[in-house]
Amino acid sequence: MTTAAVDIDLARSFGLKDDEYEKVLSIMGRTPSLTELGIFSVMWSEHCSYKSSRLHLKTLPTKAPWVIHGPGENAGVVDIGEGLAAVFKMESHNHPSFIEPYQGAATGVGGILRDVFTMGARPIANLNALRFGAPDNADTKRVVDGVVRGIGGYGNCVGVPTVGGEVNFHRSYNGNPLVNAMTVGLAQQDRIFLSAAAGVGNPVVYVGSKTGRDGIHGATMSSAEFDAESSSKRPTVQVGDPFTEKLLIEACLELMATDAVVAIQDMGAAGLTSSAVEMASKGGIGIDLELDHVPQREANMQAYEMMLSESQERMLMVLRPDRTEAARKIFEKWELDFAIVGHLTDSGRITVRHKGQVEADIPLGPLADEAPIYDRPTEPYDVPAPLTTPADPVGIEGALRTLLASSDIASRAWIWNQYDSTVGGQTVQRPGGADSAIVRVEGTKRGLAMTTDCTPRYGQADPYVGGAQAVAEVWRNLTATGAKPLAMTDNLNFGSPENPRIMAQFVQAVKGIGDAGRALDFPVVSGNVSLYNETRGEDGQATAIQPAPVIGGVGVFEDVAQSIGLAMPEEGELLLVGETRGELGQSLWLREVCGREEGAPPRVDFAEERRNGDFVRGQIQQGAVDACHDLADGGLLVALAEMVMASGNGCKLQTAPHGMAEHAYWFGEDQARYVVVTRQADAFMAQADAAGVPVRRLGHAGGETLQLADDISLTAQQLRDLHESFFPHLMGAE
Amino acid sequence: MKTGIVVFPGTNRERDMVQALTLASGQAPQMLWHQQDSVDGLDLVVLPGGFSFGDYLRSGAMAAHSPIMNAVRAFAQKGGYVLGVCNGFQILTESQLLPGALLRNAGMRFLSQDCHLKVEGRDSAFTAGWQTGDVFRAPMAHGDGNYTAAPDVLDRLEGEGRVAFRYCNADGVVSDDDTRINMNGSARSIAGVLSENRRVCGLMPHPENLTDEAVGGTDGLPLFKGIMEAMGV
Repeated sequence: MTTAAVDIDLARSFGLKDDEYEKVLSIMGRTPSLTELGIFSVMWSEHCSYKSSRLHLKTLPTKAPWVIHGPGENAGVVDIGEGLAAVFKMESHNHPSFIEPYQGAATGVGGILRDVFTMGARPIANLNALRFGAPDNADTKRVVDGVVRGIGGYGNCVGVPTVGGEVNFHRSYNGNPLVNAMTVGLAQQDRIFLSAAAGVGNPVVYVGSKTGRDGIHGATMSSAEFDAESSSKRPTVQVGDPFTEKLLIEACLELMATDAVVAIQDMGAAGLTSSAVEMASKGGIGIDLELDHVPQREANMQAYEMMLSESQERMLMVLRPDRTEAARKIFEKWELDFAIVGHLTDSGRITVRHKGQVEADIPLGPLADEAPIYDRPTEPYDVPAPLTTPADPVGIEGALRTLLASSDIASRAWIWNQYDSTVGGQTVQRPGGADSAIVRVEGTKRGLAMTTDCTPRYGQADPYVGGAQAVAEVWRNLTATGAKPLAMTDNLNFGSPENPRIMAQFVQAVKGIGDAGRALDFPVVSGNVSLYNETRGEDGQATAIQPAPVIGGVGVFEDVAQSIGLAMPEEGELLLVGETRGELGQSLWLREVCGREEGAPPRVDFAEERRNGDFVRGQIQQGAVDACHDLADGGLLVALAEMVMASGNGCKLQTAPHGMAEHAYWFGEDQARYVVVTRQADAFMAQADAAGVPVRRLGHAGGETLQLADDISLTAQQLRDLHESFFPHLMGAE
Repeated sequence: MKTGIVVFPGTNRERDMVQALTLASGQAPQMLWHQQDSVDGLDLVVLPGGFSFGDYLRSGAMAAHSPIMNAVRAFAQKGGYVLGVCNGFQILTESQLLPGALLRNAGMRFLSQDCHLKVEGRDSAFTAGWQTGDVFRAPMAHGDGNYTAAPDVLDRLEGEGRVAFRYCNADGVVSDDDTRINMNGSARSIAGVLSENRRVCGLMPHPENLTDEAVGGTDGLPLFKGIMEAMGV
């Protein structure tokens, strides 16, 4: 074995805590080799082991009759009818995207795509949830530019349409942007591929790109906070090659149409180590690897480097021995490397050989299942008191103008116009057309609705509400298109779990997600946790991000022709579904108009959400609704302006009801609400009344302006000029 | 009538093209692998969009040297119909089957949004589904769509009625210098051109993505209907 100086100092530099290193010594019964220490350190990193989050994630609802595979596989799998399944997951690439925005974001897209096609699904859509620093922060432009180019550069080339997502800006992300990428794939229910290895003696096959020295210890980097030295970690960021990924997708799907594959796992974080360990330990079996056979991009690579490399676009498979040559031909056709790098054993151990030496020999049970689990301490979290409605300093029109041009509401067209949203020929609603993106299921009338959401400022004030509201809004976004919400994936972005206050945020947010999921029959089928999202400044103080429990959701249409968008029709009556109390705490109105980030976030009432949402969806499915938009950031008037801008058709609105402050009515962010446009308003209202759903008449569609009483009259173009000003201004002379 | 779609490593809009051709002709096209050296028996060969060979040398440059492109050149010389869309257009210019070249978009960013096209080319199967002067909508999705050629080549294309499509706004107004209309900065707003015999056509936008009412509309369908009619289907 390699006799590097393995000791507690080296273990610390690999990110292991002292007691974790003690555990390694006790498992091994001797000092580990360098390669063994590397394997332990990445498998036990927060990123791979979920050691701080696992206890809490276990509380999430994960089951429903339509859930085929929940958390634990590469992605979640749900039944969408006709023997088909939607396969989806969201994953973060936050740390790499700060260090090297283009490659960080690009490889984030590549990684989540592999999680989905590993399961036998053809990726049919990408979404991304992005959080950047304050617009006036000097570094924000660099990060936005790199991340957007990276997502586009990768997604456009692989030919998977990028159809949706969301963007927020806040100073808490100045040193730690969030890049969460989601992929939705389509598979036949009887052709789902899993990662549990089986069959002693079966060959272990490596396919895809060659292994280089890039990304070594990437998983460890992603499990630590940032400091001033982080930019020196650029070599730990991987480099993506979307062309190879495209070939890998086609080759894997071609192979999966045969009966050759026993098990398959992509090489993501911790590369060959985690894929080999996961496949073998899930199968309750052993694995022998011969690293001499690993396709290598660089000369003289050591075992340690090959095991920890995070080179992209690689997969590990267990094949039926009698199908191996047929499989090789498929990968040769696609000009990808194909190498038998080992075989399965009954040893229960991972054994790594290189140049005739045993470089690692570790029992899999302790490595995988006995990874440390922490029940980290929390400290009580003070939730702010509800806000007393402040005075209106600027009036309704002034506030609308400010909000439309503000960073969190402004048009995202500058971003999505750089993403190919139509490739594949199935995109029914492109970004901006509806509350969710809508993609037809090829060869059927069915469709899928998909969206991502999170409101970090709510979670900063009250983490429980932050988690619950993210789920409710995603569910509402799916509902507003007429889709039946099926399931969600969660991407939990938080600061350091070693800080009891941050850990409390995490625990409360997970509780909120769980309660909302149970109440809305909306289980979590996959997810990812990203902790240590904080930056230590030169003064030694750590700044944590606003917590972002980002939720991605998928819903289904039996007939996608029944789906609706949010564009204002030429005619119809506007109705407001749901109760308006005028909640301005933590609202964008308060932040953008008054410069205050205060108060309690809006209440999330699951019974109200469910009742209002089920009613609206029923009306859409009956064909009674011509357009629908859920109310969120900026409240009612912003939603109406968005509807007008989407089509150019105007609307005429009645004044606010008596007894409520006008600005609270127009800009309050009360939950469980929708604007619908219908030509059957009387019937709609009668049925809503019978269902106990509050509905209020708002006015009528028509004309060329957004018109509020006699006071405000703005054309779609005037609104768009405000709405579209933010990004070009942010990104400079373009 | 028999159609074939060429698939290079990195091609990614072949499924979109299958859908459009099947809708227009009622027949599924054949898929042709880039290493084939024959396109015998076909009436129309389509080079679809994507990133052939990753577009790593120059868009379309490596695909132009694939074995199948020798067959496509011979096919075109014998008067066969060839359509290249997006990366397919880039491959046609790299293969010298169409004049000019496609440079990086003037704004240096990938463009994915709808544009409008004005139908100009005369006497061609590719424009026969419209009247000259018609305006239709089509999605763009490209980084290298900025058409360029020497001034005398451009003059000749225009003189011979070989500019098939030009970028315009929804009202049909063409404006070379307006980046909202001629978004990628193409010379003389050229979006698509024809070969001398009018049997080879390349264009950057994607009419194949607007051929189905359920998926955004049918603005692009006349391209395929026109080809089928001209070829007697």
